[in-house]
Amino acid sequence: METSVLIVGGGIIGTAISRELSKYDAKVTLIEKEADIAFGGATRANTAIVHAGYDDKPGTLAAKSCPEGNFLWSRLASELNIPFKRIGSLLVALEDEDVRVLEELMKRGGINGVPDLEIIQGRELLQMEPNLNKEAVAGLYAPTAGIICPYEAAMALAENAKQNGVQVLLKTKATDIVVKDGEARAVQTNRGTIYTRYVVNAAGLFADEVAAMAGIGDFKITPRKGEYAVYDKDLGELVNHVLFPLPGPISKGIVVTPTVDGNIIAGPNAYDVEDKGDLTTTSSGLEEVLKGAYKLVPELSRVRDAVISSFAGLRPQPSTGDFIVKSYREPYGFINVAGIKSPGLTSAPAIAEMVANILQEEGVNLREKSDFEPFREPIAHPIRDVNPTKAEEFLARDRLYGHVVCRCEHVTEGEIIEAIRRDATTLDGVKYRTRAGMGRCQGGFCTPHVLKIIARELGVPVEEVTKRGGHSTILLYSAKRLLIGERDD
Amino acid sequence: MAAALAAKEGGVDSVLILERNENLGGILPQCIHTGFGLQYFKENLTGPEYISRFITKIHDLEIAYKLETMVLDLTPKKDIIAVNEYDGILRLKADAIILAMGCRERSRGALGIPGTRPAGIFTAGTAQRLMEVEGYVPGGRVLVLGSGDVGLIMARRFAMEGAEVKGVVEIMPYPGGLGRNLQCLRDFGIPLYLRHAATFIHGTDRVEAVTISRLDENGQPVDGEEEKIECDTVILSVGLIPENEISKKAGVELDPKTGGPLIDENMETSVEGIFACGNVVHVHDLVDHVTQEGEEAGINAAKKVSGELPRLKRRVHIMAEGNVRYVVPQVISGEKPLTLYARVKEPSFNVKIKIGRGISVRKRVVKPPELVTIDLTDERLRKMEKKGELTVTMST
Repeated sequence: METSVLIVGGGIIGTAISRELSKYDAKVTLIEKEADIAFGGATRANTAIVHAGYDDKPGTLAAKSCPEGNFLWSRLASELNIPFKRIGSLLVALEDEDVRVLEELMKRGGINGVPDLEIIQGRELLQMEPNLNKEAVAGLYAPTAGIICPYEAAMALAENAKQNGVQVLLKTKATDIVVKDGEARAVQTNRGTIYTRYVVNAAGLFADEVAAMAGIGDFKITPRKGEYAVYDKDLGELVNHVLFPLPGPISKGIVVTPTVDGNIIAGPNAYDVEDKGDLTTTSSGLEEVLKGAYKLVPELSRVRDAVISSFAGLRPQPSTGDFIVKSYREPYGFINVAGIKSPGLTSAPAIAEMVANILQEEGVNLREKSDFEPFREPIAHPIRDVNPTKAEEFLARDRLYGHVVCRCEHVTEGEIIEAIRRDATTLDGVKYRTRAGMGRCQGGFCTPHVLKIIARELGVPVEEVTKRGGHSTILLYSAKRLLIGERDD
Repeated sequence: MAAALAAKEGGVDSVLILERNENLGGILPQCIHTGFGLQYFKENLTGPEYISRFITKIHDLEIAYKLETMVLDLTPKKDIIAVNEYDGILRLKADAIILAMGCRERSRGALGIPGTRPAGIFTAGTAQRLMEVEGYVPGGRVLVLGSGDVGLIMARRFAMEGAEVKGVVEIMPYPGGLGRNLQCLRDFGIPLYLRHAATFIHGTDRVEAVTISRLDENGQPVDGEEEKIECDTVILSVGLIPENEISKKAGVELDPKTGGPLIDENMETSVEGIFACGNVVHVHDLVDHVTQEGEEAGINAAKKVSGELPRLKRRVHIMAEGNVRYVVPQVISGEKPLTLYARVKEPSFNVKIKIGRGISVRKRVVKPPELVTIDLTDERLRKMEKKGELTVTMST
C-alpha cells in the first residue's frame, strides 16, 4: 500500500490533522490500532473542555495553540455539525489570598491572547453560579471557554476527512518504521507495510514508542491518569459554567462542569501510572474527585446517589513539558505531534494547521481541493433531541426512528443503524455515536437489543459482537453450549 | 395489566396500555423460575405462566395496548406524548393515568466498583434477558454480587446451564433473598461470601478476575482480607430503582425513601388523576402484591373517571423511622381499612410495630427481603391518633 502522508493515531489530534490535510490534494492515510476512532486512552476520556487558554506558560506551543484552537472550534464544530457550547468558565478562589492567583492568570491570559477575561467578585459570582460554594471570594471568568464531546468530535473529523478522500484504516497498528538513507520510507503494521513519503506521529500515549521506531528518542511519554464521576442528567442545571479550582502543580485541578450532552461531570485527579493501558478507576480516586467537587459545589454532596458512572483517562505527559510539534532532519519525512495533553483537545484545530504548514515547509505541495466538502451530516437524534414536530419528519422518512431502543437516552433503532453504517462495529462504537448505553441504567435495558441490531446489520452471529474490538466479546456461549458442546475459549 | 383489567371491569370504556417492550408482561416473561401466584392463584407458577393468564384476559376484554411504545412526556394535565414505529408520534389525553413502569437495576457505574471496564459485566436482569429470551449464556465462570432474590436466581440459572458459579458476594452479614432462593446455593455448592464486597474488577478486554474483600462492622474493606476470584463474568444484583422519569415530568411528588411516588390509600399520587402501582412505587418481593396493588389502582382510576373518587379530604401522613425503612401508602385517610406495607432495614424478632401511639401490631419475624404487612382494620383505625402525621416505629 502506498500513500503520501501517513498519520499514526486516530485520536483527536490525528483526526484533526487528517481533516485539515483533506482540504488539499495530497494522498492521506490515517491508521488507528483500536477497533474505532478515539478508542484509545486520552481522546475519549477527558474533561471535554475547550479551554480559554490562560493556564499555559507564555511562549509554549500549548499557550500559542490554545486560544487559536478555541477560536477555530466555533467554525469547525458548525461545519462538522457537532454540539459545542461556549458556556464560559470560572476559576474560583475560595480564600482571599488566592485572588492574586486569579490576577496572575488573567495577566498570563492577556499575554496569550485570551479575550475578555474578567475577575468577578463574590456576589455577582453567586448570581452567575447559584450553587457555587458560598465561601467563593472571586472568580476568573473566561467567556470563550466551552464544552464539546471529544470522541464525537474525533469521529466527526474522521468522517469528514473520509468524505474528502482520506483513507482511514482501523485495527491497524504500527509495528516498525522503515528508515532508509536517512528518510522515513514506510510504516510496517500488523496488516502489511504502508509506503509513505511522510509520517505524522499522532500516537498519543504511544508517541514515544512510535518515534523510537524511527530512531528518535528525544522525549518520553508518561501516562498521567485522571478519574471522573458522571452524574445523572436529572440533576439539571446545577452548574452553568465550567468551574475550576485553583490550578495545582501538575494539573488544572478537579473541575465540575456540565457536559455538552446534559450530564454533570467532576474530575480529574492526577497521578502518574506505569502502564499506558491502565484506565482503571480506584475507590480512593473516586473519593478524591468527589471531595474536590464538593468544595466547588457543596450541593453535590447531597446527591451522591446521582452518580451514574465513573471513568478514567490518561494524559500523554511529555518529558519536555510542552507539546512537541516538529519535523526532523534525521530521519527526514517524520513529524512528531506528541505530548498533546491538556489543552490538547482545544488546540487540535490549531495544531492541525501547524502540521499542514510544516508539511508545506518540508516540500509537500499542498494545493487546495476545489471540491473540498467542509460539511458533515450529523447522526440525527430526532427523539432524543426532543422536538416532536421535527421528529415527525424523520418518522415519515424512516419509521425505525420511532422505535426507541435505549430508554434512558431515547436512542432509536434508526440512529443505531445509522451509526453502524457510519463505521460503528462494536457496542462502544454505537454507544459513542448515539449515546445508547450512556444513560442512568448504563446499558441494562438496551444492550441485548443493540447487540442484535449490530449482528443483524453486520451479518455476523451475535456471539461475535464485541464491546470494543479485540477479545471483548459479550456473549460467550449460546444456550446449552456449555452443557453439551466444547467451550469456545 | 391488573390495573387495566380492573379499570375496564370498573366501567371504563377506553383503556389503553402503553408498553415500551416488545411484549406485554414487563419483567415476568423472562422470569422462568417458579414461585409466582402462590397467594393470588394459590398455585406455584413460573413468571410466563402467571403473566399469560393476564394477557389472555386483556385479549378477552379487548383492552387496547401498544407495544414498543415509549412515553416521552407526561404533563400534570395528563397529556401524553409517546412514540412508536407504526403510529409515529402519539399525542394523547387521558382522564386518568396509572403509572406502572417498574424498576431499573443499579449498575456497576452507579456503585462505583473500581477497576477496568471489560466486557462481561451484566446486571442480573440483563443477563436473565440474554439467557431466557435471547438464548445465550453470557459467561462460563461467574461471580454474582448481591444475595437478593434476583442474584440467587441467576446464580442457579448459570449453574444449570453448565457455568461455574464462583460465588455469591453479599455486603451484609445475612443474605438478602427469600429462603427458597437461597436453596440453590446448597443445591449447587455455590460459596456464599457474607460481609464481603467486590473491590476491584480485573481484565482488559473481558473480565478476568474480581477482588473481593471482607468488610468490617462499618462496611469498610479490611486490609489483608482480600481474595482474587478468577472469573469471566460479573453479575450484579445490587439494587432496584423505581423508574420515575415520567412521574417527575408530570410533577408527581416522590418519596426519597422508596424512590417512587408518594401515594395515598387510593394509590393516587400528588397529582390528581395520576395513580401508581407496582414496582414503580416501591420494590416488591411478590408479584401477588403487585397484582393486588394494580387492581386497587385500576378500580380507583375507574371511580375517578366516573367522578366517584374525590381527593382524600383527611390526609394523614405516615412517616417511617428507626428500623422501618419505608411505609406505603404514605398518606391515608384513617376512614377506610387498608393494608400498609413496610420494609425493614435489619432483621428482627418479636417486634412491636407502632403507628403513632394508638396502634400497635406484633410480628414474630421481620426481615429486609420480606415486606411487612400491617392490616389497618376498622378496629385498629378507631384507635388511631387524630393527628396529621403519624410515625411508624419498631421495638423489640
